[in-house]
Amino acid sequence: MNFLATHFNYIVVVILLMAGLFLVFSSGNLIKRMIGLAMFQTSAGLFYISLGKVSGGTAAIAVERGSAEAQALAAQVDPAYAAQRGFEGVIYSNPLPHALILTAIVVGVATLAVGLAIAVRIREAFGSVETSDIEVLSRVEATQPGPQA
Amino acid sequence: MIALEVLYAAPPVLTLHAPILLVISPLIAACAAALAPSARVSWMISVTGSIFAAWMALALVGEAARHGTVTYIFGGFAPPLGIAFHIDGLGAMMALLISGAGVMAAIYSGHSLKVEVRAEKHTLVQAGFLLCQAGLLGLVSTGDAFNAFVFLEVSSIGTYALVAIGESRDRRALPAAFNYLIMGTIGATFYLIGLGFLYAATGTLNMADMAGRLATLSDSTVVQAGFAFIVVGLGIKAAMFPLHGWLPGAYAYAPSLISIFLAATATKASLYLMARFIFDVFPDGASFEQGFIAWVLAPLAATAAIVCSIQAIFEKEVRRMLAFSSVAQVGFILLGLSLATSAGFSGAMLYLLAHALLKMTLFMAIGALALSSRYRKLDDIAGIARDAPWSAAALAVGAASLAGAPLTVGFLAKWRLIEAALQGGQVWIAVVLTIASLLTLLYVGRIIEAVFFRPAPAGAPRAKEAPFGVLAPLFVIAGLCIWFGIDASLLEQLANGAARALMGAP
Repeated sequence: MNFLATHFNYIVVVILLMAGLFLVFSSGNLIKRMIGLAMFQTSAGLFYISLGKVSGGTAAIAVERGSAEAQALAAQVDPAYAAQRGFEGVIYSNPLPHALILTAIVVGVATLAVGLAIAVRIREAFGSVETSDIEVLSRVEATQPGPQA
Repeated sequence: MIALEVLYAAPPVLTLHAPILLVISPLIAACAAALAPSARVSWMISVTGSIFAAWMALALVGEAARHGTVTYIFGGFAPPLGIAFHIDGLGAMMALLISGAGVMAAIYSGHSLKVEVRAEKHTLVQAGFLLCQAGLLGLVSTGDAFNAFVFLEVSSIGTYALVAIGESRDRRALPAAFNYLIMGTIGATFYLIGLGFLYAATGTLNMADMAGRLATLSDSTVVQAGFAFIVVGLGIKAAMFPLHGWLPGAYAYAPSLISIFLAATATKASLYLMARFIFDVFPDGASFEQGFIAWVLAPLAATAAIVCSIQAIFEKEVRRMLAFSSVAQVGFILLGLSLATSAGFSGAMLYLLAHALLKMTLFMAIGALALSSRYRKLDDIAGIARDAPWSAAALAVGAASLAGAPLTVGFLAKWRLIEAALQGGQVWIAVVLTIASLLTLLYVGRIIEAVFFRPAPAGAPRAKEAPFGVLAPLFVIAGLCIWFGIDASLLEQLANGAARALMGAP
């Protein structure tokens, strides 16, 4: 039970990751496959955010040393943990993974946009977004000679 | 022996900033090309941007040969905290390959796009092509592992759109592009997750810094999980057997500008990153890495070389045949890498360069033949040598190189690879390489037989020879295939420089 509590984020990451991948590979519908892909990418995002969390840490926005806000934040840190790790005062979470995953999210959105755009064009060209239909229609293409330039 | 110093001359200011100019010149050109008023202007921008990048790549090859590693720091933040470009012999070689292929493909596209893509899309195609080039050049220059992910995706997103644009000639380009997008994104995300593990273990993203910290961490399961994710992710991008499912469609149905450029560079850039991680970032003696090379990489590469060559033999569509051949040739390169010796690495890099040259020749020649003929199946181009003798001659040069005929670059590269395998005591790799080369001869023979010795199908309209703008880059590359087959000192210098950077002196 303790493992579940301490690793809750990572368990969710694994579930999202597997569910996303399963959807990508099992579904024949192109839109559903894109949804699976988005879930899969989200799991990577959650993974990075979980990595950046420092227990007792606050958002990585510097507060003035000795101010009331700093004291309130420092009071939230578990003293035993702080003593064990040699921390003093306010603890911040690691901001770097946040910055990284922000970039990755932008990349993911761009990919999603391109993917959906291609799905729209597939619908226009084949009249379907089901992989099985597209395969049948493509087979027709393969038996015909190419168009004359 | 050519005096390399003459080639590498660039003004000092440009040489100083060459690493960033290399990446940013195609990037700026991409914006300009997208805004260009006409297809003609966008083509000129594309050619200019590519030539400038190639010039910078040449300057970097010279710098890397003189100083070992060129480091270019951004924003005044010294690494490992800041992001920096690290370009060593290997990176410079890849940059030269990518930008050189970019120049040739860009010149070639001046005519080929007119036939293959609707006119109003030309400016955007050129923009996408330049974007893809910028991404790949960034990928091989950066010293930051996360930066590499971003560049990988910049190039990939450009590529997905460009493969899809092939639909105006063959609508199967659309599902192929979609499939490529799904697989490519999964690959990139795997790399991202793996990088997360490495970051958790080391607390750094700078590759050189990471390598230093990983040296004592090879027993950590976190590091091993990171290794697995990164290798599988990049394996998808590099079309490592059996993760190559996306490649034949993507190569076969894209416009020839894109096929030419992708065949020469895209999988190779991912191979570069994989080699960089295996031999540079992860500790060399680690048991998980040696186990991976001996029990996963080498057997899969051998299977790819044999199985995909056989698939190519039975393929009816000529561009799909070349695409399967590419997967098999990736197997050849990986077999060279799996030797994990300096000679093996140098041989693999020589093979990588040779394969890029000869596959460009083949895709350019097939593209040239396709400009005026029914183009899909091998039967469609039967007997075309009578109507288009020059394109067919260049095709023959490329095919001979692929089969490894003496006096072509393919022969030399295969020879070096087999030599390195025997030197490394891995006789079975030499045997696999030989068998796969013989299989290559079979499908290459089918192409030659169809184009030169079979009569044209009855009632087929006569094909026309391709125009000068298409033949010129084709003959330059075909000429290089023969030139380097006779005097490969230039290629060998590049390959040895790359091997020195990663594996120490050969």
